[in-house]
Amino acid sequence: MSELTDKQEYNITVYTENQIGLLNRIAIIFTRRKINIDSLNTSPSEVDSIHRFNIVITETEDVVRKVCRQIEKQVEVLKVYYHTNADVIWQEMALYKVSTDIIAEKVSVERLLRENGARAVVIRKDYTIFETTGHREETDALVAILQPYGLIEFVRSARIAIIKDSDGFNRKLREFERLEPGEDVMENEYLGQGQKVFTM
Amino acid sequence: MEVTQEITMETPKKETVEVTGSVALLEALITEGVETIFGYPGGAIMPIYDALYDYNDKLQHILVRHEQGGIHAGQGYARSSGKVGVVFATSGPGATNLITGLADAQIDSTPLVCITGQVFAHLLGTDAFQETDVINITTPVTKWNYQVTDAREIPEAIAKAFYIAKSGRPGPVLIDITKNAQIQKFDFEGYTPCHHIRSYKPKPVVRHSYVEQAAALINQAKKPFILFGQGVILGSAEQEFKTFVEKSGIPAAWTVLGAGALPTGHPLNVGMLGMHGNYGPNVLTNECDVLIAIGMRFDDRVTGRLDKYAKQAQVVHLDIDPAEIDKNVKSTVPVWGDCKETLPLLTALVEEKQHTAWLAKFNDYTRQEVEAVIEKELNPTSGEMTMGEVIKQLNDLTLGEAVIVTDVGQHQMVACRYAIFNKTRSNVTSGGLGTMGFALPAAIGAKFGTPDREVVAIIGDGGFQMTCQELGTIMQTGINVKIIILNNRFLGMVRQWQELFNEKRYSFVDIQSPNFVTLASAYGIPGKTISERADLPGALKEMLDCKGSFLLEVMVTKENNVFPMVPQGCSVSEIRLK
Repeated sequence: MSELTDKQEYNITVYTENQIGLLNRIAIIFTRRKINIDSLNTSPSEVDSIHRFNIVITETEDVVRKVCRQIEKQVEVLKVYYHTNADVIWQEMALYKVSTDIIAEKVSVERLLRENGARAVVIRKDYTIFETTGHREETDALVAILQPYGLIEFVRSARIAIIKDSDGFNRKLREFERLEPGEDVMENEYLGQGQKVFTM
Repeated sequence: MEVTQEITMETPKKETVEVTGSVALLEALITEGVETIFGYPGGAIMPIYDALYDYNDKLQHILVRHEQGGIHAGQGYARSSGKVGVVFATSGPGATNLITGLADAQIDSTPLVCITGQVFAHLLGTDAFQETDVINITTPVTKWNYQVTDAREIPEAIAKAFYIAKSGRPGPVLIDITKNAQIQKFDFEGYTPCHHIRSYKPKPVVRHSYVEQAAALINQAKKPFILFGQGVILGSAEQEFKTFVEKSGIPAAWTVLGAGALPTGHPLNVGMLGMHGNYGPNVLTNECDVLIAIGMRFDDRVTGRLDKYAKQAQVVHLDIDPAEIDKNVKSTVPVWGDCKETLPLLTALVEEKQHTAWLAKFNDYTRQEVEAVIEKELNPTSGEMTMGEVIKQLNDLTLGEAVIVTDVGQHQMVACRYAIFNKTRSNVTSGGLGTMGFALPAAIGAKFGTPDREVVAIIGDGGFQMTCQELGTIMQTGINVKIIILNNRFLGMVRQWQELFNEKRYSFVDIQSPNFVTLASAYGIPGKTISERADLPGALKEMLDCKGSFLLEVMVTKENNVFPMVPQGCSVSEIRLK
């Protein structure tokens, strides 16, 4: 029962057609229930014309399940899954702009950057841009570290997540691409994998 | 010679005709079998109306008096006929006037295709005259919507619109067409209806294991109880449903929108569910051991307090929309699918039974309800007239064959409780959204949808004044719609709540009305007002005998309450008889 009533982060993965207005159609399913979207990423999937959304919300499983069913109901949505953080591998990317002079002067900065797995993307006379990828606390940690050294600008991407369990959606996507799927092509292929994978 | 013929047969050259987007739209509608359009012209939809001028012999356009009236007429048409209702409106205010009807159709699963004109594509986003962001405004209240900015998109957009509107769980679709696309000429290859969209599953695949589990649960039940909703009607599964009910011998109660799916007089039809439903169905919901919900969505007006709703029961839920399963009431066995398919499978597996003692319990409660409520509502001998006796006497004359269209409020609950429905698609009402002003335009649409049936609109004095401009539509089309206004000189349902829960603080429910009969006569519609019981049978007969439309105003008692009632926040078993 606690699983259903305790709030935690859920990663919602949505495969959709590439259609104007669909983002709004999906977003209003959350706003109607006054649910905040913690993170939202949408980008083309590995298959032409099919997009993948990664949405992160903090809710109870009961609510997440209902919301997912409402999303899946939308005409241009192919498939929806939800997972807890433990069920996915997830990453966020962050970019940090710092003064090149300071880095050149302070050896410790270079060491700190290396320790945090940061990579230089652009080096100019006046500033350098570093990039890291990781969980929120990791990207946050580097912000805290760089702050005393004159962090000029910082930006973090939305979360992207890949599902641990299951053989992925690739094969099904290719079936969709062939355009003539049977009515049941999406039927419950992951049922039987317990609570980990939600499917309709 | 022969060879040449063969070649031409093998590679038929697709014949194209150069037409405007507007003509392509109208051709598409004709291929979809559309006969009637409810609409109102305006600047941004003028090219479509210009094309319509030449289609007068193929498409009947009903000029309404307000776009809200147009869409409610479309709803009435769809609900009575089972066909897709088609509505035209212009951009901006024309489109925004559709919103109430779209929301109503969305929540009541009514198939509609609405076409709105839009400003020229190059003006989108410039705050042009009569420009509104119709797609975004209508997104929450449509099953699907799409903006067309190029005429070549029209055939496919319309094909998808009809397919989506009517398939699966039906709903409203809106296509917004910019003016340039209406004018633009293109090579039209003819219209092909749509039967498949790769990302859209109209109905889930039936899982036989769930059907088997459901049957096992039903077969071992001692006190099973069926709740049925509009899903039975939308799935055209009335016959399959009746067979299931009769074989299993299970008492069945209906939601407001399910009324008529099983004839009122059927021995296993035990009445109406919900806030103003019948006594037995509400009380016994909390006594049954297996609850079988068919094509209904456990609306809060049906369930009352959810955490005290049927907690003792195991729940079998048949629904075409997977999002409805476990939404409000957790199911023990979810039978996903179209009930047209699932009901026969279930019928085959359930044992033939009679639940005599259990059914007798329902009849016991009915007797109590008749004594406490129904008798004095239907057969009063003194005092002012009641709404119930008007419905009862109407039943005596129409014999349950009429399409009853109701508005929203006390008269709606009374009409649903007491009207006799022998046929399906006979109860047209705004159930989910509760839209006052629905009935008059919906009745007009219902008559166009089923011209051979008697259509009687039952409306309160408040709701009538919300859309009474549609009397003009009746006048111009000469359509035959009977209108009964049950006038209690109050916004009765709100007044009832204020009496019961707000210490009779009657806040703005005392509504004055014009002389309705004079108003009708201004539109050339005959009418009559009565306040004496003795005049009722004659007046009803005069109304029904009238060749065309007729308005009958019945002055009913001012402060009558609709009972039984499940007060808000109470369990269904706490239903009050007074």
